[in-house]
Amino acid sequence: MIRFDNVTKVYPKQSRPALRDVSLEVEKGEFVFLVGSSGSGKSTFLRLILREERATHGQVHVLGKDLARLSNWKVPQMRRQLGTVFQDFRLLPNKTVAENVAFAQEVIGKSRGEIRKSVPQVLDLVGLGGKEDRMPGELSGGEQQRVAIARAFVNRPKLLIADEPTGNLDPQTSVGIMKLLDRINRTGTTVVMATHDQNIVDQMRKRVIELEKGRLVRDQARGVYGYQH
Amino acid sequence: MRAQFVLSEIGVGLRRNLTMTFAVIVSVALSLALFGGSLLLSDQVTKMKGYWYDKINVSIFLCNKNNAESYPQCSKGAVTEDQKKAILADLKKMPVVEKVTYESQDEAYKHYKEQFGDSPLASAITPDQMQESYRIKLKDPQQYQVIASAFNGRDGVQSVQDQKDVLDNLFNLLNGMNWAARMVMALMLVVALMLIVNTVRVSAFSRRRETGIMRLVGASGFYIQAPFIAEAAVAGLIGGALACAFLAVGRYFIIDHGLDLAHKLTLVNFIGWDAVLTKLPLILATSVLMPALAAFIALRKYLKV
Repeated sequence: MIRFDNVTKVYPKQSRPALRDVSLEVEKGEFVFLVGSSGSGKSTFLRLILREERATHGQVHVLGKDLARLSNWKVPQMRRQLGTVFQDFRLLPNKTVAENVAFAQEVIGKSRGEIRKSVPQVLDLVGLGGKEDRMPGELSGGEQQRVAIARAFVNRPKLLIADEPTGNLDPQTSVGIMKLLDRINRTGTTVVMATHDQNIVDQMRKRVIELEKGRLVRDQARGVYGYQH
Repeated sequence: MRAQFVLSEIGVGLRRNLTMTFAVIVSVALSLALFGGSLLLSDQVTKMKGYWYDKINVSIFLCNKNNAESYPQCSKGAVTEDQKKAILADLKKMPVVEKVTYESQDEAYKHYKEQFGDSPLASAITPDQMQESYRIKLKDPQQYQVIASAFNGRDGVQSVQDQKDVLDNLFNLLNGMNWAARMVMALMLVVALMLIVNTVRVSAFSRRRETGIMRLVGASGFYIQAPFIAEAAVAGLIGGALACAFLAVGRYFIIDHGLDLAHKLTLVNFIGWDAVLTKLPLILATSVLMPALAAFIALRKYLKV
């Protein structure tokens, strides 16, 4: 699903690499936490998977494709097989809940019939059935994040990338979001989630990848947030 | 769904940037109106050249008895029959001459009456004040100098006049105006293009949230860029339509009504509506393609896809 081979990323005009010689593999259907302090390279790691950035050295394979060899015009095709969720939800404030979710399908040219069928379905899945016509501003943070997850999942991606999805939410709401992501993971979707939330990582007991100053310092199955020496 | 989706996005985009859109429309309209006006003026000059060069003559005015005091070359009195015959014979021998016609004093008087019949001056003129003349049509209107050097100063000849001189001054003036119009047009065009680039930049910036989300959900580059390009094209098209209206209204008020040159300058045959109509598709096409291209180039720089 995802494979990093000796990946180093150096941003222009910066001497210190954001990622340094990282190699790892994520299998299909896995749930992976990506932990590390701010500036440890988590965001760069996710941006490389989304091909918002290219690796300076080494190879990044996502969904069986070498991203370095993927030509620019094929990148959108690749991203359609990925879902993304962010800390700040990234919803369109002037569109309703249903329109926000439908946007992900309109943009890739799905037919009106398909959209009408799949949007209520996915909103039910994330627990927002009946809130189709609300505006994002009327919803709580947890509900907005559910809309974002619905949008990320509506095209049934093979891989879901979540960048601190619970970062703006209270612990109780976060648990709800994690249950949802876990449910999505059980449908066979691989989930990679960057987080700072110790409780969640410790409770879920999933694979934990820790980065520190751009280096991979820990890759632990059924791990916890902190070091366990 | 998709057409409706795209159209509504365009409408939202144009309204969001109303002042900028307005500036684009006005500058496109003005530059293209000047462009069309310049094309029409060229047409008018060509048409007048064709019309007039065909009709213009070199005229050899002959002395009449009233010229004797005012023109030294006529001091020997009015032209004689022998002199006239000799002039005609010499003219007919010249290879550059295509046709010679003789205009008597009575005919000259008649033409004068026709042209200036209404003016008070006309009633004070009598036929014997008019001059006899030979009207010479040249095979090549540029060859005037040959006639002038052969007949200027000859007995019985008061003057040799070339109507082309008068016309050329007019044409030079019109051409000068045309070049001025083109310079202004070029400047306006640059202004319009810069406005479009800036509008697209502002537009792309104000919608970076949407375009960012579009990228994340895998919209193709074209899909993300299309609304911006379409917005520029729609604004340009409105400007182009305005430019067309300017031209049509301009022709109507300058030639048919208002200034009414068609009746005031009966000697000029003006360009018709067909000339205007043939320019409109070109203007409309330019008004759509030029902003679309400018937007496309601007997006390469300002919109990460």
